[in-house]
Amino acid sequence: MAELTYREAVARGIAQEMTRDPDVIFFGEDVGKAGGVFKSTVGLYDQFGPRRVRDCPISEQAILGAAMGAAMTGLKPIAEIMFSDFFAVCFDYIANEFPKSRYMSNGQLKCPLVVRTANGAGSRFGAQHSQSVENWAMMIPGLKVVAPSTPRDVIGLLAAAVRDPDPVIFFEHKSLYPMKGEVPDGEIVDTLGTAKILRPGKDATILALALMVPRALEAADRLKAEHGIDAEVVDVRSLVPLDTQTIMGSVGRTHRLFTVEENPRLCGWGAEIVSIVADEAFYDLDGPPVRITTPHIPLPAADALEDAVLPTVERIAETVRRSLQS
Amino acid sequence: MARKPARAATRAPATNGRRPNDDIGEEVRLKLYHSQFRIRQAEQRAYDLFLQNLVKGTSHLSLGQEAIAAGFGCAMKKGDHTFCTYRGHAHTLARGVPVEKVLGELMQRDNGLMRGKGGSMHLTSAEHGVMGSYAIIGAHLPIACGAALRAQYKGDKDVTVCFFGDGTTNIGAFHEALNFAAIWKLPVVFVCENNYYMEYTPIGDITAVPSPAGDRASAYGLPKIVIDGNDADAVYRAAQEAFAKARAGDGPSLIECLTYRHSGHSRADPGAYRPKGELERWKKDRDPINIYRERMKQFGITQADVERVEAEVNHEVESATEACKAAPNPPMDILFTDVYADGGWAWRN
Ligand SMILES: Cc1ncc(C[n+]2csc(CCOP(=O)(O)OP(=O)(O)O)c2C)c(N)n1
Repeated sequence: MAELTYREAVARGIAQEMTRDPDVIFFGEDVGKAGGVFKSTVGLYDQFGPRRVRDCPISEQAILGAAMGAAMTGLKPIAEIMFSDFFAVCFDYIANEFPKSRYMSNGQLKCPLVVRTANGAGSRFGAQHSQSVENWAMMIPGLKVVAPSTPRDVIGLLAAAVRDPDPVIFFEHKSLYPMKGEVPDGEIVDTLGTAKILRPGKDATILALALMVPRALEAADRLKAEHGIDAEVVDVRSLVPLDTQTIMGSVGRTHRLFTVEENPRLCGWGAEIVSIVADEAFYDLDGPPVRITTPHIPLPAADALEDAVLPTVERIAETVRRSLQS
Repeated sequence: MARKPARAATRAPATNGRRPNDDIGEEVRLKLYHSQFRIRQAEQRAYDLFLQNLVKGTSHLSLGQEAIAAGFGCAMKKGDHTFCTYRGHAHTLARGVPVEKVLGELMQRDNGLMRGKGGSMHLTSAEHGVMGSYAIIGAHLPIACGAALRAQYKGDKDVTVCFFGDGTTNIGAFHEALNFAAIWKLPVVFVCENNYYMEYTPIGDITAVPSPAGDRASAYGLPKIVIDGNDADAVYRAAQEAFAKARAGDGPSLIECLTYRHSGHSRADPGAYRPKGELERWKKDRDPINIYRERMKQFGITQADVERVEAEVNHEVESATEACKAAPNPPMDILFTDVYADGGWAWRN
């Protein structure tokens, strides 16, 4: 057992898979010699060399296109897109190419690759470097979508993503990079599509992803300490495949559902989960499901403004309290 | 802006007594002719089937451009990879995919290459190395780089060939892919089929340089290669050279092939935007099939040999047509297959 930061876990996760499988290659902008703009890939270049860890030009289309071509013909590429906002520059691959080639070819082609990217706010970077865009990926049939919240899960889910035969979009949260967590020694491999109940409770289910997970946990502690409300916190971890079993099971016990998303309000994954629960478990609910999101605005840069729009511990706790006590 | 003149159409054939590409040999020549004639007949048949409303959706023929697919196809080996566009019937056939499989997909029948799940713009036959046809302009150039990267990484000697049009040279992915391939010396051959038109707009009106691919090669440290794309020998020779370079580890090539499409851009297009007489001139002087028939005569290939090839092709196209007409529509149970690798479409547990 060691204590690692989330960013160190990224490098360890990649190294774990590259050591295991010589067909795993890794490339992106500044990922090699420089160790990544978030220092999340430090050491990989020295360990695996320029043949397997490649610094790329600023060519997001070429990075994702090349990952796809390599995957189709037998390699297992991990490609990095520096900021998830830049998905918009190479969205053809994410929306039209990776997810459709298997279907369009009636199963002849495959696309086993991982796109890693830094997602989310908290760094005061403004509207073009701070977005949470996991919904962009979730809406496309054929992709798998993962977003870990702890160093341990970074390694386990990254391993699962690399070993998965489908294209996986792997969202790291840039505000989590410095966070520390206990990581067991040895190989860690998770299963995609497994939500985790991080804090059991009987009064409410709070579903969260990535940066919102630690906030939801803190909110739950506060609800317990200050109001005697016993909230269950579920880390969704993977949007596709979605672990509806764990989610429905939790709602079936607590009878109240809250989703905490960093996304702008419209069309977030929380809306999808609320709709599934309303469809399939309506009579389990003792009150309306509630979505806690950022407002439907571009993200501002100034710290006070940015802090004001993201769901905070305070807002999560307050929303749950008001909803349960009204 | 005035259109640039169609240079290849006015270029005089080499007649100085020397016979270029003499060493190609009779066997390969017959293959080159077979491939061109087969593509021509299959596409002409596809057009006839449109008119009978048996080919559905859209379709993009490359009548007049056969020498390029045939020339590269004959130079490629098993294990090499082809990436093509929505105008990819020719490139697919040139890798040896049966006519029935292609026509079946155009007719959206169960016997088609992808059983009707892809349609004419997405022809794929992995077993023949045809790694998909891409309908988003330029998307496949970076993908081809990835296939070439795999070959280089594994130390395999296969090459990746990526076909695209002149219009494609103005999209960002073209430039990203060329730079990627050049910096890493990837074994990939980019083949621009300059048929002088984007969709409906002459390429000269919307491109800053006269040779849309050739003039940009130097920006990626590559030599300018512009060839007569209606002469299958010239194409075959250029392909061989580029492949040798790629297999030797000396990196990518960008080859611009000058050609002309006889048909409109797609099924819906009669091609009315072309200047009067242009099509007729190309058909009369620069039809690759006619050029090649003449070439074979010069090289002493007998009429009987030519007729044998043609009869074989006609038989394949005829029986393919009958088989496709008789083939059922795809069954409903393939609708929900192959979204994910487990064969299904489930996105939740
Ligand atoms: C990204 C993108 N933009 C536009 C189109 C629409 N489109 C389809 S074919 C075409 C013309 C392409 O011309 P060219 O590359 O010269 O190929 P050709 O059709 O001559 O083979 C266009 C603009 C598209 N499919 N994809």
